[in-house]
Amino acid sequence: MTAVAMLMWVVAALLATAVLSVAFSRTAAVSHWVYSTCAVLCASALGLLLVHLLGSGASTSGLTLPLGLPWLGAHFRLDALATFFLIVVNLGGAASSVYALGYGRHESAPHRVLPFYAAFLAGMNLVVLADDAFAFLLCWEFMSLTSWALVMTQHREHENTRAAYIYLVMASFGTLTLLLAFGLLAGPDGHYGFAAMRSAVHTPAVSALVLVLVLLGAGSKAGLVPLHVWLPLAHPAAPSHVSALMSGVMTKVAVYGSVRIIFDLLGEPAWWWGMLVLFLGGISTVLGVIYALMQHDLKRLLAYHTVENIGIIYIGLGLALAFQTNAMSGAATLALTAALFHVFNHSLFKSLLFFGAGAVLTATGQRDMEQLGGLIHRMPYTSFAFLVGCVAISALPPLNGFVSEWLTFQAILQSTDLPQWGLKIMVPAVGGLLALSAALAAACFVKAFGVTFLGRPRSAAAMQAHEVDRYSLATMLGFSLLCLLAGILPGLVIDALAPVTMSLIGARMPVQSSIPWLSIIPITAGRSSYNGLLVFAFIAMSGALAAYVIHRFASRALRRAPAWDCGFPDADPATQYTAGSFAQPIRRVFGELAFRLREQLDLPAPGDIRPARFVATLGDRIWELMYLPVVGAVQFGAEQLNRVQFLTIRRYLNLVFLTLITLLLVLAIWP
Amino acid sequence: MERLVFDIAHSLAGGLVLVSFMMLYQDRLSALINIFAVQAVLLALSVAWQAYMQQAPHLYITAAIALVFKAIVIPVALHRIIKQLGIHREIEPVVGIGSTMFIGIGLVALSMVVMMRVTGQAAPVAREDLAFALSVILLGMLMMVTRRNAVGQVIGFMSLENGLVLAATGAKGMPLVVEISVAFSVLIAFIVIGIFLFRIRERFDTVDLSALDRHRGGQ
Repeated sequence: MTAVAMLMWVVAALLATAVLSVAFSRTAAVSHWVYSTCAVLCASALGLLLVHLLGSGASTSGLTLPLGLPWLGAHFRLDALATFFLIVVNLGGAASSVYALGYGRHESAPHRVLPFYAAFLAGMNLVVLADDAFAFLLCWEFMSLTSWALVMTQHREHENTRAAYIYLVMASFGTLTLLLAFGLLAGPDGHYGFAAMRSAVHTPAVSALVLVLVLLGAGSKAGLVPLHVWLPLAHPAAPSHVSALMSGVMTKVAVYGSVRIIFDLLGEPAWWWGMLVLFLGGISTVLGVIYALMQHDLKRLLAYHTVENIGIIYIGLGLALAFQTNAMSGAATLALTAALFHVFNHSLFKSLLFFGAGAVLTATGQRDMEQLGGLIHRMPYTSFAFLVGCVAISALPPLNGFVSEWLTFQAILQSTDLPQWGLKIMVPAVGGLLALSAALAAACFVKAFGVTFLGRPRSAAAMQAHEVDRYSLATMLGFSLLCLLAGILPGLVIDALAPVTMSLIGARMPVQSSIPWLSIIPITAGRSSYNGLLVFAFIAMSGALAAYVIHRFASRALRRAPAWDCGFPDADPATQYTAGSFAQPIRRVFGELAFRLREQLDLPAPGDIRPARFVATLGDRIWELMYLPVVGAVQFGAEQLNRVQFLTIRRYLNLVFLTLITLLLVLAIWP
Repeated sequence: MERLVFDIAHSLAGGLVLVSFMMLYQDRLSALINIFAVQAVLLALSVAWQAYMQQAPHLYITAAIALVFKAIVIPVALHRIIKQLGIHREIEPVVGIGSTMFIGIGLVALSMVVMMRVTGQAAPVAREDLAFALSVILLGMLMMVTRRNAVGQVIGFMSLENGLVLAATGAKGMPLVVEISVAFSVLIAFIVIGIFLFRIRERFDTVDLSALDRHRGGQ
C-alpha cells in the first residue's frame, strides 16, 4: 500500500470517529474515546509521514477515488510539499488531542465539539492531500465549515455568534475567490487536475489575476491584513485546543494553499509578484503585533500574533518569489526555507501558547489579563511552558523562533543583488518592518507573561488557581522541548526541508547536518553562521554559574519581609502595573495612526470627591475604512432589491420581457 | 424547384409572424382566439412542410399534434371558457394599438439583426426560420405584457410556444421526444391556467389581473 493510501485510511478513520461520536454522544466516556482515537490516528499519520520523509526522500504517490465529478474523480497526491505540511497538521492534531484529554473534561457540551473536531482534523488532512481543484475546494470548504461549527460551540454568547458569522462570510468569500482562481487556471477546457494546470501555460494577465485571487482567498484564511478581521474574533471563541488547531495549523493549511498555487501551479512569476506579497506580509507583521499589544484578552492577543507570524511567513514567500524571478536560486531557496521553517515553528509555539492560555482558562475561568496575575506560584509548570513559548515567539535565541526569523533576515540581506529598483527599496523597508515587529512582539510577550503570571493576583479566581491535569502539562512541556530542539538543531530541520525546495524551485540549501558543531551556514561561512547549541550551552552555563556563585558566596540567611510599599501599607493588587498601562506608551505612538485613539481624562474639580476617570477608546481603522462601507453597500442594495419582492404579476412579466430585450440588444450591438 | 421549396417554407414562417401582428391589435377575445387558431394551423402547415423538406417523417406527428391540440382543442376550450365566464366584452390593450404595433416592428427588426449576426455558419433556411421564430416568441411575450386580461395572457403564452416549436422544427435533427414533451407541457399549462381562471373569477368576479393586485398583502 502506498503512503497516500494509508493516509486516506487514517482520514477515513477520523471521519468514522466523527460519525461514531454522534452515535454515542450520550455515553459518558465518549470525550475520552474520541480524543484518544484522534491522538492515535494523528500520531500514526505523523509517524508514517516521518518514515516517508526520511526513508524515501518524499517520493510522490497518487490515488484516485471515484468520488466527486463523474468524469474527474477525486485525485489525491502526496509529494514533498504535502508531506511537510501534513507533518505540521498531524503534529498539531496529535498534540491538541492529547491536550484535550484533560482540557476536554471541562467542556460543558462535548457533543457540540467532538464530531466537528474529528471532522476538522480529517478536513485539514484532505486539503493538503487534494490533487485536483474540485477535491481541493470541497475539502477546503469542509474544513471551513467544521471549524465554523467549532467556533459556534458556545453559541449562547452573542460575541461568539457574531464572530462565527463574520468568519462564515469571510470563509465564503475566500472560497469564492479560490474558485475563480482555479477556474482561470483550468482554462476554457476545464482541466481541473493539478497535473494539467501545472503543464498549462498562462498569459501574464491571467497569472496576475490568479495571484491576486489566491492572495485574497488563501490570505483571508491565513489572516493577512486587511483580510484578518475574522481571525482575532473566531480563534479565541473556540475551545482552547481548537484555538490552537485553528491558529497553529489551519492558517498553515492556508499558507499551503498559496504555496501550492503560486509556486507549483502558476508557472513563471513576474517580478512585481514578490513586491505584492512582501507588501502584504510587511503590513500584516506590523499591524498584527500592534493590535496584539492593545489586547487584554489573552487568547485574542495570541490570535493577533498569528496575523503577525503569518506576515513573517509571507515575507519569506515574497522574497522567494522576488529572487526566483531574478534567477537567484540560492537566495530564493534560503527565503523559501525560512518561510517553511517559520511555518513549522509557528505551529509549535502558537499551539503551545494557546495550550497555556487554555490551562489558565481552566484554572481561573478568566481570559482577561487584568483579572490574572501571580499564577507562577500556583501553576509553575504551566508558567514555565508558557515562558518557553513566549521566548520562542519573541524570536530570542536559543529557541526556534529566532532561527527562522534570522534566516528571513539573511534572505533580506541578499536583496542588494536584485536588479529591480522597486525591490531594492522595498525589501530593506520590509526588513525594517520585520525588525520593528520583532521588537514589539517581545514587548507584547513581556506584557502577556508578566501581567498573567508575575506580580500579585488581581482577582479571587487568580488567587485560587491550581495546576492543571497531567495530559495538558505533558503536551505543553513536550512542545516546549520541541521548540528547544528545533532551536538548537536547526540544521536537521533545514535538511528535512530540502526535498520541498527541490520540488518547488529546483534548488536546495547546502547540507547543514554535516557541518561540525551543528552550526548552520545559509550561504557561505564568511558571511554568516549560527550555532543554536552553542548559544544554548552558553546560556545554560552562564546561568548555572551565576546561580552557583550567588548561592556559594551570597548570604544564606533567608529573610521574608514585605516589599517596600512606598509608604502605603496594604496596597491593593490593583495598584500594580496593568496590561493597559504596559501598552500605554505604544498606544500613544501608534494610536492615532492605527486605532483612532481617543483619550478622555475626567478630573473632578478640587473639593469634589468623585473619582477621576481616564477613558481610552480604540477604533479599528481597517474595519471602518474597508468593511463598514461594504456592509453599508450590501445593506443598501438589499433594501433596494427588497422592493422587487412586492411587484405585480404584470410588472414581473415586464421585467422578464425587458431583460430579454436588453440582452438581445447587447447581442445585436456588441462588436 | 429548390428555390420554391425554400420560398414556401419562408412564406409559411413569415405568415406566422404576420398572424402574431394580427393578434396584437385584436380587441375582442373571441376574435383573438380565432386568430390564435389560424396561427396554429399555419404552424402545423409549416411544420409539415419542414417534414417534407427534411424528409423527417416524425415531424408529421408534430404537425398533427399542433393541428389537433392548438388549432382545435384549445381554441374550442377557450371559447367555452369565455362563454361560461361571460366575457365577450371588449378588451383594452394597455399601451394602445399604434405604439404596440411599432414596438412589435422593432422587435422583429431586433430578432432579424440578432439572428443574422449570431448564426453566421448555419444553413440559410435555418437562419431565417430562426429569425422568424424569435420574432414570434418576442411578439408573444409582448402580448403577455400588454394584455390586462388573463385569457389574453394565456393566448400570448401559447403563441410564444408556437414560436418555440417553429424554431425547434427548423433545426435539423430535433428528436420527437422533445417536441412531444413541449406540447404536453403547454397543454398542462393551459389546463392549470384554465382552472386558475375559474378560481380567480369565483373569488374576484373578474379575470382582470389588476384586480388581484388590490388583494395582495401590503408592502
